[in-house]
Amino acid sequence: MPGAMKGYSALALLKGGFNGHKSWPRAWRAPEPKAFYDVVIVGGGGHGLATAYYLAKVHGVRRVAVLEKSWIGGGNTGRNTTIVRSNYRLPQMQTFLELSLKLWEGLSQELNYNLMFSQRGALLLGHSDSDMTRLAELGDSLLTNGIDAKRLSREQVARLVPLLDMSPDARFPVHGGLIQPRGGTARHDAVAWGYARAADALGVDVIQNCEVTGIDIQGGKTVGVQTTKGAIGADRVAICVAGDSSTVAAMAGLRLPIESHMLQAFVSEPVKPMINTVIMSRSIHCYISQSDKGEIVLGGDPDLYPSYSKRGIPMRIEEVAGQAIGLVPALSRLRMLRCWSGVTDMSFDGAPIIGKTPVENLYLNGGWCYGGFKATPGSGFVYAHTLATGAPHPANAPFGLERFASGATIDEAASGPQPQSR
Amino acid sequence: MFLIACPHCGPRSQAEFVYERAEEAVAYPDGTPQETLAALYTRANPRDFAWELWRHAYGCRGWIRMRRHRTTHEIAEIEAVGARL
Ligand SMILES: Cc1cc2nc3c(=O)[nH]c(=O)nc-3n(C[C@H](O)[C@H](O)[C@H](O)COP(=O)(O)OP(=O)(O)OC[C@H]3O[C@@H](n4cnc5c(N)ncnc54)[C@H](O)[C@@H]3O)c2cc1C
Ligand SMILES: [Zn+2]
Repeated sequence: MPGAMKGYSALALLKGGFNGHKSWPRAWRAPEPKAFYDVVIVGGGGHGLATAYYLAKVHGVRRVAVLEKSWIGGGNTGRNTTIVRSNYRLPQMQTFLELSLKLWEGLSQELNYNLMFSQRGALLLGHSDSDMTRLAELGDSLLTNGIDAKRLSREQVARLVPLLDMSPDARFPVHGGLIQPRGGTARHDAVAWGYARAADALGVDVIQNCEVTGIDIQGGKTVGVQTTKGAIGADRVAICVAGDSSTVAAMAGLRLPIESHMLQAFVSEPVKPMINTVIMSRSIHCYISQSDKGEIVLGGDPDLYPSYSKRGIPMRIEEVAGQAIGLVPALSRLRMLRCWSGVTDMSFDGAPIIGKTPVENLYLNGGWCYGGFKATPGSGFVYAHTLATGAPHPANAPFGLERFASGATIDEAASGPQPQSR
Repeated sequence: MFLIACPHCGPRSQAEFVYERAEEAVAYPDGTPQETLAALYTRANPRDFAWELWRHAYGCRGWIRMRRHRTTHEIAEIEAVGARL
């Protein structure tokens, strides 16, 4: 029954303790698809589920289905290194990601689901004079636009992360840093589950093991989808499939400015707290944080060529481990526990695409590259706005597909149209 | 990782090579604005075979054309760029 969500609270947990936790209802239903929906969302990752939630919650559009080919959150939502921040360089990215970060800040309460959102700070290290100049420029631009940023001296960085190599012959000498104190991490699975549960309670059908295999277009208008559970009619179809964006868009004859590449992540055995912030670097693509379980979470460069294999290359593991040990030598004592890989939808300017497509009633949300987890709430919020009103929210107006033809690309890394060079 | 049979050097580790671009991404100086736009900003990005340009960056530095499967990494055809000229 939609609307029958049982609230999670300390009291409910205590009560559950008296009956062996047998009274908890399922968090969301497992409905069969209906013949028709106002909006069909293709892809049950964090973005698709958030879109469904805001459609129902903010816009009162409740005849909504989320179709997921496997299990919800099993794509990049469940594979990322969970870093959340809004300290980007370009104003369009800042505005959009800050909207997202503000939503993150109240989200556990709003969804009544513990997302373990932890604002432990996102630190960018500078390793040279020019790094420090770029960090100062970034900090000024963030502060001017009302986003938190704090420049740190070498001594302040050493106090914040005592395990960094600060010796005179350090592999990556630390000159200082820039921290976004409101940045941090969240529990990725919980984001998918929290949105699914809240959307379900508002009447949204979350349908797993339902792969979209075709998009039905009549007289130039999108009228529904073909799926492994049969045909489903829809007033609007919303693509939200991250690494599979090109495959699904091709069902409507579209070719996107997207290439799919591999990105890997790694975790160590769990240890006692040793790193209390998110460490990133201006010069090297290595990022380090510690999960609440105690595992050290590591990420680095993508594999830099197109692939859907969901298998990373071993040389990248070596490279990331080398960089991480260079930054924090104590990590050399840890054993690695797991590594995995996800298919990232690399757009050709590094920014997402959120808006209409040339096919009527077909919408696209994709091109998240390796950075869309932080955007999950904001992405769902503006995509729902676009789907409900037929026009973009001011925060996603610059992110339309048409920007590539008009030349208004949003190139955060200023590296041109090749995804492997960003 | 996989092996790439460089037409000059024979089978070598993929680590020695750099993916340059999809062959459909080559923009020609005499192309129309539409053709150039398509080359720069649209891709088939298939889950199976695609023609690609690679370089043997840490070897002979030659440019290579190959038809590679983007899920299994099988290389069905490979030749030096310009081999047929
Ligand atoms: C290793 C790694 C580390 C990352 N680290 C970070 C980070 O630290 N911070 C950050 O902000 N971002 C990070 N990202 C990026 C981030 O994870 C993604 O940008 C984001 O999760 C995309 O969200 P999504 O919900 O749209 O995608 P997904 O969770 O991938 O959801 C898409 C869903 O669509 C489904 N689907 C596909 N095709 C079909 C079909 N035909 N029919 C039905 N369903 C279909 C898939 O099964 C999938 O579940 C990382 C990514 C990876 C791979
Ligand atoms: Zn060679």
